[in-house]
Amino acid sequence: MTGASLDSLTPAQYRERYDALVRDARANAPLFGGTERRTAPSIPAEAIRSRDAIPAGWYWSARVARGTTLRILNTSGTPGIAAFFWSAHDPSERYCLGDTVKIQWSVRPSAGRVLLSDMGRVLASLVADSGCTHDTLLGGTIRDPGEAESARNTRDNLLLAAGKHGLGKRDLAPFVTFFAGVDTDSSGRFLWANAACAAGDFVDLRAEMDLIVALSNTPHPLAQTRVALGPIDAILWDGPALAPDDPCRTATVEARRAFKNTDALVRG
Amino acid sequence: MIAARPICDRVVPARTAWSHALYRGQILRIVDLEGQQAVDTLFYNLHDTAERYDAQRTLLAQRRAYLGTGSRIVSNDGNILATIVADTCGLHDTVAGACSCEANTVRFGHETRYMHACRENFLLELAKYDMTKRDIVANINFFMNVPVRPDGELTVVDGVSAPGAFVEIRAEMDLLCVISNCPQVNNPCNGFTPTPIRVVIRNGANR
Repeated sequence: MTGASLDSLTPAQYRERYDALVRDARANAPLFGGTERRTAPSIPAEAIRSRDAIPAGWYWSARVARGTTLRILNTSGTPGIAAFFWSAHDPSERYCLGDTVKIQWSVRPSAGRVLLSDMGRVLASLVADSGCTHDTLLGGTIRDPGEAESARNTRDNLLLAAGKHGLGKRDLAPFVTFFAGVDTDSSGRFLWANAACAAGDFVDLRAEMDLIVALSNTPHPLAQTRVALGPIDAILWDGPALAPDDPCRTATVEARRAFKNTDALVRG
Repeated sequence: MIAARPICDRVVPARTAWSHALYRGQILRIVDLEGQQAVDTLFYNLHDTAERYDAQRTLLAQRRAYLGTGSRIVSNDGNILATIVADTCGLHDTVAGACSCEANTVRFGHETRYMHACRENFLLELAKYDMTKRDIVANINFFMNVPVRPDGELTVVDGVSAPGAFVEIRAEMDLLCVISNCPQVNNPCNGFTPTPIRVVIRNGANR
């Protein structure tokens, strides 16, 4: 079908196409978001490229090459680790809240899902996690005028992380907060679910293009503490070889289309 | 008393962009003339556009997924840019973002690559102010109905705004307002038929 003919369908025809997508999305939903607890599989020592402990309240950033896996291990159980992602080669391409949640029909990233850029490509695949909840909607803390100068917050941390790569305020946008339990009630109100995450929770994120990644070890703004509980680990490692039926790449028609765009970019 | 002439009063045709300065105390009324029309909207500090609308800070401030009367529109610096002071629709989205040609390929198939989209409108409108794709952040979608369900599901569903529905936004600092009157036809955000909107700017009551 060409763009010209798609521009001139009837409303009923457009609705029929959309309804089919919604049906597929609802059929696929059970593939994601299982809440059974999983412990982090051990990583063979020879696969580890680097391991950094990020102190409570601090940030971390790195270039992460396509194919490398970033494990965020929430050693201390900080309720919320903020994360932002840019293309290393064109940082105007970056994590996009709207595309990530609407294309995957869910505001809760979970194992098997992906994080999408604003250019219809996959930044990273969420290949595994411990079954905890991650928040996309509420962001992080910001400097409170009443706080001590030494108090740390998510916003300044992400600005500092961006700054280390020559990026600034205009390069930041809404971000992901891993290990943050935010429930939504039937009227759309947000509620904090304190039990959703615990020490030892982890996510494994496989870079699907060369990335700059920023992390902030500062609690989610709805958490009961403003102060992180301790250090967390950022581990860069070589994950297992990509299987042809890799769930992140193949589970949904949207994922397959996003990877078609991503792989085309990488091939040049 | 005779109402003062509006500072700006115009119809924004279907599928097109519009932008205007909105000074502190002024009120922007957006009218959904024919109903069910999503209006993708961004706000910037007029004097320092690096300060701009922040969807997450706005959602955090009200702890609810939908915007309506009383919602404070918050910046990335944590300042209140504007307040929604009137609303006859009741449901406005700030989660689902703006459509783009690239996102359309993933959502709806590669055959939709060359259909007009909101981020095409934003790029051209922002270029007037020397801004680029870096300056496009998660926006507000006035009149767009995007339920976020308790299980996390998010879908764009039929709009509830009747013909003539309007929302009024009072500027709390000097702002640049940028609008894309959404051209999307691949989901129900515009009732599958994009239509014109009306934008009216007036001076608010002295405060």
